[in-house]
Amino acid sequence: MTTIANYISGKNNKNEKVLSVFLTSGFPDKNNFVELALRALEAGADMLEIGFPFSDPLADGPIIQHSSQIALENGINITKTFNFIKEIRSRTDKPLILMGYANPVLSYGIEKFAENAKSLGVNGVIIPDIPIEEYENFYNHLFDEVNTILLVTPTTSNDRIKLIDEKSSGFIYCVSVSGTTGITNQDKITSIEFVKRTRSIVKKNKMLVGFGISSVKDAQSFAPYCDGIIVGSAVIKSLMNDSSDYVKTLDLIKKLKQALV
Amino acid sequence: MSNKYNSPDVNGHFGKFGGKYVPETLITPLKELEETYFQLTKEKNFQDELNKLNKEYTGRPTPLTFADGLTKYFDKAKIYLKREDLCHTGAHKINNALGQILLAKKLGKTRIIAETGAGQHGVATATVCAKFGLKCFVYMGEVDIERQSLNVFRMKLLGAEVIPVSSGSRTLKDAANEAIRDWVTNVKDTHYIIGSVVGPHPYPMIVRDFQSVIGKETKEQIQIAEERLPDYIVACVGGGSNAIGIFYSFINTKVKLIGVEAAGYGINTNKHCATLTLGREGIFQGMKTYLLQNDEGQVSEVHSISAGLDYPGVGPEHSLFKDEVIADYYSVTDDEAIRATELLSKAEGIIPALESAHAVAYLNYLMPNTKKDEIVIVNISGRGDKDLNTIKDKLGY
Ligand SMILES: Cc1ncc(COP(=O)(O)O)c(C=O)c1O
Repeated sequence: MTTIANYISGKNNKNEKVLSVFLTSGFPDKNNFVELALRALEAGADMLEIGFPFSDPLADGPIIQHSSQIALENGINITKTFNFIKEIRSRTDKPLILMGYANPVLSYGIEKFAENAKSLGVNGVIIPDIPIEEYENFYNHLFDEVNTILLVTPTTSNDRIKLIDEKSSGFIYCVSVSGTTGITNQDKITSIEFVKRTRSIVKKNKMLVGFGISSVKDAQSFAPYCDGIIVGSAVIKSLMNDSSDYVKTLDLIKKLKQALV
Repeated sequence: MSNKYNSPDVNGHFGKFGGKYVPETLITPLKELEETYFQLTKEKNFQDELNKLNKEYTGRPTPLTFADGLTKYFDKAKIYLKREDLCHTGAHKINNALGQILLAKKLGKTRIIAETGAGQHGVATATVCAKFGLKCFVYMGEVDIERQSLNVFRMKLLGAEVIPVSSGSRTLKDAANEAIRDWVTNVKDTHYIIGSVVGPHPYPMIVRDFQSVIGKETKEQIQIAEERLPDYIVACVGGGSNAIGIFYSFINTKVKLIGVEAAGYGINTNKHCATLTLGREGIFQGMKTYLLQNDEGQVSEVHSISAGLDYPGVGPEHSLFKDEVIADYYSVTDDEAIRATELLSKAEGIIPALESAHAVAYLNYLMPNTKKDEIVIVNISGRGDKDLNTIKDKLGY
């Protein structure tokens, strides 16, 4: 199994930017979720971020809040999410990332979470409410083999970006706009300026841009300034109104990837 | 009890609790807030301005009233009431709102947001925004909008916009989630006036410091009245700001500090918000603290008749106080709070807020174990006008 960083490098070396797709665990249908994940990879996703739900998702806008709510109603938790990962991992080598809030992990047991993540072949975790201030209080050596991906945002100072770059592994998640996931009213010029500034400071890691990327056009405008993009709310929104075979959503993923090669 | 109590540490930790468990976007604004706060508190001008506002606008110091009716009723220790119900706007929440609006001014912010449960913090925030000419947006759960409708109108009259929150349990925690999301999005021009000693550092510290005026006054007043410190101080705990406010001056003394949480329908039901009694360590709304949650770390839907206590978390400093036994925490039910409302109204001519009535209700457990030469102080955090509809429904007369 390759690491996330190597995987991204491999793609970049072939003049491709990576597409990371966010899916909410067990959404929209827990019985079909593994299938959906595999088909998203087939359609062009280079890696998957699978979000396990939390009752109070502070960093999320209405779309992902909604999908988390449905996932909770579907009985999804970390254990079930690990079961999905196990099945998906048995059928792909692409990077798989777990995303979610700190409290369900704390409750599950941080050590048990890290051990299971490692043994099931999870490549990285993103926990948006663990900033570097709380990093040592939360992550431990068991995460040595599971990347801990940290975020930078437009309010992050240059010095801080350096610190985050040192601590982060896998890649840097560059949030191009201050706001919750799915934000649409961003000022593109300011966002791109920020992405460029961040790119010039980030040395150790690859950098992916996310939040507020909802269309092929958005993907195209950010792609030159990063190593890949992350699409979440747009995919979830599409899944909310899609048919049971997810045609529209898979088509969106395909087009997004085409914009990056 | 430690003589060196000095929390939080530089990273905002109260022992293992507290901290800054927030999305990266908020880290820099929180640092700015902290720096500005430390800078301001060193300035004599700031202290003078806040003291003047507390005195001339809020009406501080609030009285410490000897409750002879209540004392006779229990026929045990002497009972005094700290009268935060007499603050302008009707609750202690104004102490914090005034301090924070001065901070917001200093930070150059033009837009203020707040969350509210009972509406008292929303009203306090709308009030200071009216006075200082800042735009004000208050997030409030739909359930609370319904049960505290008079306060909704007060906020509107004061020029604030009340934004209904329909997510989750549609109460205080959901209003706070929405306020935090707003802040993440509009952080450039917006200051978030959080309503209790909760959230990420430096909020629990700042709100505590602004509320600690309650305890400072109480200490002076009881020294004048009785030439000694009390034996017990009792306060209700939602997020915990009125309780910390009155406790803080007494933490290195022998005074027994008692926090009273809402037991809703009872702690054997799942309809309560007795966080310190039944919660376990969690990470929620920017802090590590005791939290009511299920086995999978999903935050519980809680219940209290009192909107201001209807919250699954609690300030991190209280979590430390519990673990270190600096204070003791108990809970009383909705029904006990209603009966205590009636008791205080009839015995003292004071209609307490339903939140404060929880503290009064605890006297039923405390007083039998006190002696006649002892002194108990109860913090009456607010007045009951906002709750009259609820109380009327319950008492049916
Ligand atoms: C009168 C009154 N007391 C108490 C509270 C609970 O808050 P805290 O525990 O922060 O004092 C509220 C909250 O709205 C309130 O209005």
